[in-house]
Amino acid sequence: MMTLQAFLIISAALFCCGLYTVMTRQNGVAVLMGVELILNAANINFVAFAHYLSHVMGGQIFAIFIIVIAAAESAVALAIFLRLYANTGSVEIDTADRLKG
Amino acid sequence: MIRYAYIIPLLPLISFWINIFFGKRLPRKGDWVSLATITASLLMSICIFAEVFRAYDPNFKYHVAFPWLVIGDRFSLDAGILIDNVTAVMLMVVTIVSTLVHLYSVGYMHGDPRYNRFFAYLSIFSFSMLGLVLAESFFFMFVFWELVGLSSYLLIGFWFEKKSASDAGKKAFVVNRVGDYGFLIGIMIIFATCGVLEFDKVFAAIGAGKLQGQLLTLAGIGVFCGAIGKSAQFPLHVWLPDAMEGPTPVSALIHAATMVAAGVYLIGRVYPLFTPDAFLFIAYFGLITLFISATIALTQNDIKKVLAYSTVSQLGFMVLGLGVGGYTAGLAHLTTHAAFKACLFLGSGSVIHAVHSQDIQEMGGLRKKMPITFWTFIIATLAIAGVPLFSGFYSKDMILAAALEFGMKNPAHYILFFGALLTAGMTAFYMFRMVILTFFGTPRDHHKFDHAHESPLNMTIPLIILATLSFSFWFSPWFGKLVVKPQTVANVAMAAAAQAPAHEAAPAAVPAPAEHAAAPAAAHGGSNEAEHEAHIAHMAHSYAMYSSVTVGGLGILLAFGIYMLGWVDPNAMAERFKPLYQFSLNKWYFDELYEATVISGSKAFSRGCAWFDNNVVDGLVNLSAQLGVFVANLIGKFDNGVVDGAVNGVADMTIGSGSILRRVQTGKLFHYLFILAGGALVILLVKFF
Repeated sequence: MMTLQAFLIISAALFCCGLYTVMTRQNGVAVLMGVELILNAANINFVAFAHYLSHVMGGQIFAIFIIVIAAAESAVALAIFLRLYANTGSVEIDTADRLKG
Repeated sequence: MIRYAYIIPLLPLISFWINIFFGKRLPRKGDWVSLATITASLLMSICIFAEVFRAYDPNFKYHVAFPWLVIGDRFSLDAGILIDNVTAVMLMVVTIVSTLVHLYSVGYMHGDPRYNRFFAYLSIFSFSMLGLVLAESFFFMFVFWELVGLSSYLLIGFWFEKKSASDAGKKAFVVNRVGDYGFLIGIMIIFATCGVLEFDKVFAAIGAGKLQGQLLTLAGIGVFCGAIGKSAQFPLHVWLPDAMEGPTPVSALIHAATMVAAGVYLIGRVYPLFTPDAFLFIAYFGLITLFISATIALTQNDIKKVLAYSTVSQLGFMVLGLGVGGYTAGLAHLTTHAAFKACLFLGSGSVIHAVHSQDIQEMGGLRKKMPITFWTFIIATLAIAGVPLFSGFYSKDMILAAALEFGMKNPAHYILFFGALLTAGMTAFYMFRMVILTFFGTPRDHHKFDHAHESPLNMTIPLIILATLSFSFWFSPWFGKLVVKPQTVANVAMAAAAQAPAHEAAPAAVPAPAEHAAAPAAAHGGSNEAEHEAHIAHMAHSYAMYSSVTVGGLGILLAFGIYMLGWVDPNAMAERFKPLYQFSLNKWYFDELYEATVISGSKAFSRGCAWFDNNVVDGLVNLSAQLGVFVANLIGKFDNGVVDGAVNGVADMTIGSGSILRRVQTGKLFHYLFILAGGALVILLVKFF
């Protein structure tokens, strides 16, 4: 029998993986992938809590919204990186500091 | 007519404004404006005099005034005119002499570059003098008093290109200031105690005892100080001889006939307020003046200087006369003197005009060349010498009689009579010395003699008129009856003060009988005393007459003896009594004395003041400036250090903390995430453990 704890552990592990990726990677695309992991960890939590603690579908619907927003966000971010690559020849996020005051 | 008396002074004022602004552009340079206005004033004065004369009342008084300055209900000052017999006589004196001098000036000042200004000045003088005569309060008296002083200054310095003339003008002005200061103090004493300035009200207030004793004496002496300055009495007589630097008509008008007599007129005007002590003071100053100036006149060689000193001497006579109680005598001498002295001055002007010299040693024998001038001159000289039938005899005799009467009543003061008598003899002597040297004998300077000529008609007519007025029959029938001595309020006040304690003491002891007994006795004694006094007055009059005729005759005789018949050589006499001669010739060294004391004293004082100013006052100012700079420096330091330091410190702190804190803001994403995650971890740990 699967328990809520199991889902939360997986979700926490996934979140930690995502956070680690975002903190350590220099490559913008990799950072974007880490962000996806974090978002999906949140999705798992939504769905798990909805399944075990509620009888309405609010959690699942939130998850679907998050997926959609994540897709849109990825599209925008990838477009930014594409322009960044065209301008600087790299997608290293440390080099994108030209807006610094 | 008397209702329009206020117009009399205003006419010359109008002429002054016309002449000073438009005189140059008027035909004949405007002399006719002045002449016409003063003649109109003369005609009005004659009408008023006729009106007063027809009334023939010794107590005649016409007084009109309107409130001029009103301050609350505490103080009000009237502007108005007061005409009594003395005023009417003075109006006549001033307008007659002024008109004749105007007429004379048309000839004398002919061709002067500032001809119109001369007539403007004459007009302002006439205005001031007539205003002074008509004034009815101390305030307006003082205002016009200063105005005549101003016009005198302007006219003395009329030929200001000459240094001596402008100096003489300044001297006259400054010396008069000294006297006016005393006058002002007198007025202030009166005003402070009585609170009013109109003559009538002041006399009433003094009569009511508001001002008495020593202070009243002091007020009288203060007012007399004004007369000392204006009437050239010792010790302020030094300005008058110098004033002869002015044109001769001015000398005749201002410095012989009218303005210098203003002081005497003032004494007569405020006669009631003098105390016996003040009268004694006045009498002795008159005596000193008349004696000193007569001794100086004995040796002077400048024809105008002789006349100037004789004027001072005659003014001394007037003051003496008023001082010894001869009110009528003093004012009579004022009136007669105005005529004959104006005649003498205008005559001397005529001589100067003819020979272009003022030194009588260069003249001589002018009798034949200038007959009209000679005859008028000799008549006026006989008048001043006190020869019977001439006006000077009439008035000087009265003064001597008054002095003798005073001496008889107060034997300690006999010197007042004998000094005056001796001076009367000297007057006759020096006047005839001048006449003989000028008109008799042989000419001493032929060049000047040949050029001499009789003056034109407009100069000789005034001489003839004034000489005619030098006979006594013009004055003697009425003067003594119309101009009578006013009651002295000072005496009334003192009598009241003396009586008051007696009354208080009486009732306790013997109330009624004592008074009853005293009253008839007093009345009896009074009538006896009055008889006795009349007797003294009669005796004094006859003695004075004989003695004055005697000394006058002796003086004339001596003058003829020395200067015509050559009994004694005057030069040898001068050599023999050299110290005395030099003393007299140098005018008793008064100018040198004042130069050494007053002038150098005030110069030293002003140097002291300058030193004080330069060192102490400037030092204080500079010190305060330095103090200011020092304090400003301190404040600057505080400002730069503390205030700016605080401001900069805040800024530096902000910059410093900013530069430290900015290190946190690396711009590196994972740093932020790291801090975020770390922070969340810490919160979790805190939350759960």
